[in-house]
Amino acid sequence: MKRAKWLVPTLYILFLLLPIYWLISMSFKTTNEILGTFSLWPREFTLNNYITIFTDPTWYNGYFNSLTYVVANTLLSVSVALPAAYAFSRYRFLGDKHLFFWLLTNRMAPPAVFALPFFQLYSAVGLFDTPMAVALAHCLFNIPLAVWILEGFMSGVPKELDETAYVDGYSFWRFFIRIFIPTIAAGIGVVMFFTFMFSWVELLLAKTLTSVEAKPIAATMTRTASTSGYELGLLAAAGTLTIVPGAFVIYFVRHHIAKGFALGRV
Amino acid sequence: MAIELKQVIKRVGADTHIHRTDIKLEEGRFNILLGTTLSGKTTLLRLMAGLERPSSGEIWFQGRNVTGVAVQQRRVAMVYQQFINYPNLTVYENIASPLNVVRMPAAEIAQRVRKVAELLQIEPLLQRMPSELSGGQQQRTALARALVKESSLVLLDEPLANLDYKLREELREELPKLFRDSGATVVYATTEPAEALLLGGYTATLHQGRITQYGPTASVYRAPDDLLSAQVFSDPPINTAAIRKRGARFHYNDRVSWLAQGKYAALPDGSYTLAFRPHHITLAANNRDSVSVTGKVVVTEISGSESVVHMRVGSDTWVSLSHGIHQFARDQDVELFVQTDNCFYFDEQQRLI
Repeated sequence: MKRAKWLVPTLYILFLLLPIYWLISMSFKTTNEILGTFSLWPREFTLNNYITIFTDPTWYNGYFNSLTYVVANTLLSVSVALPAAYAFSRYRFLGDKHLFFWLLTNRMAPPAVFALPFFQLYSAVGLFDTPMAVALAHCLFNIPLAVWILEGFMSGVPKELDETAYVDGYSFWRFFIRIFIPTIAAGIGVVMFFTFMFSWVELLLAKTLTSVEAKPIAATMTRTASTSGYELGLLAAAGTLTIVPGAFVIYFVRHHIAKGFALGRV
Repeated sequence: MAIELKQVIKRVGADTHIHRTDIKLEEGRFNILLGTTLSGKTTLLRLMAGLERPSSGEIWFQGRNVTGVAVQQRRVAMVYQQFINYPNLTVYENIASPLNVVRMPAAEIAQRVRKVAELLQIEPLLQRMPSELSGGQQQRTALARALVKESSLVLLDEPLANLDYKLREELREELPKLFRDSGATVVYATTEPAEALLLGGYTATLHQGRITQYGPTASVYRAPDDLLSAQVFSDPPINTAAIRKRGARFHYNDRVSWLAQGKYAALPDGSYTLAFRPHHITLAANNRDSVSVTGKVVVTEISGSESVVHMRVGSDTWVSLSHGIHQFARDQDVELFVQTDNCFYFDEQQRLI
């Protein structure tokens, strides 16, 4: 029994890390080695895959495009969700509960459902193949989530805080920006994490709404596989780099997330 | 006159939270709103602050009609039961915030913050965050923020209710002094009659959204206008009994009777309500006009040197408070003495006679 205590988590972590290790190890191999032999670590260690990605614009623009729409979407979602969540948390109005629930139902449909209407709509208004198209499309999923999470955090702040500020002479916006937003900073951190993550890993809408100019990295990765034959080393390197931003985000917001999980509605 | 409510009514949906209310609070007085939870204390404070608009009626502040004037323009101060401070600001910034908003010069802010911090004994804490303070210190910070504005109306909504016993006593002693020197009109809401008596000043008793009486605290306690005011201003609850007057004597329960004395001798025969506070029905007979009553014990509570006996007399349930430790079994017969000269007599409209 004593052995099983460390055995089980070790096995679990091993299984979790194995695909990631395999990906990283592949990214330092040549495609020939990947296809030819079974090796646990790179025999012919090479950085060529990474060099290709950082020098070839068709590759690094993919990252640039992805990050552009992810950051735009995150900022957009948070700035729209803040006032919306405040309204849901502080005011009672006709149909507020229904509206709140309806917002959530937007997340219940798979993104594929919206691919066609978005494609048609954005083509018509000239947004097709721009990072903004993807950023806006992701808002459909991220704003409801952001509103929902933020509402939980805001409702945890007593409304007497708002009133104290008004009694002290604060205008609404001064209170909202100077006092309220810092008070729910942990919630905003949690929301940014979730919106960033959704937008970063979402593939279908990102791929459908772009063609050449704004092609996201995930699309570049899959396309290369189909046009230039097998470039597995290159793909593995791209995949490794795709993990990095997510890992960074998690690392930086980990305290906020832990606090957020304990405090609000996550 | 600091603040006056004229014919103020507050309705929320179908409920009336405040019935038609007229009250004038003079400049510089320490006023207490005394009432149970949901009696409308907080609503009255919010109306005075301008956080809520009356459904009808007017609110006048220093000779000016301020009905509908935004709370930011009212220049009032308010402290809540919950310890409300800005969590992202230090204690210093918290206290300074009402002055910062009106763009006071930094030197003057610093001087005024130091002064109130000293007054409330939180000077060593000025650089801390509110989350690093104890409950008492947090409430001191909130009080300091209310004081630093030097506003002429300070509203305190059960500011001591969430503090533990020791801190509450400490702050309760300081509070009237703090505000007496500031010259502000204070309105202090509380559920505890004992607290009202300790704080002194003027008391308004509230019951279900109505002010039943307003006057100097001691006189409201000693001479309640009606039964409701007496009930609000008594803890443990005041005892009541339906009595009849026949000839020269009052009768209770056919078995107990006593001579109507003084002004009561002239009362016409009929039904009256007798009310007496728990410490006026005791286990020992005093040598004054005590009337003996026998009842069955429901429960006995002993707190240090006092005994509270809950008992049933006929269909009435009474509470008695006596010195010394007296333990009784349930349903034990016990003889108690009512000091009839300390009783309140109410007529059929429940007005004090």
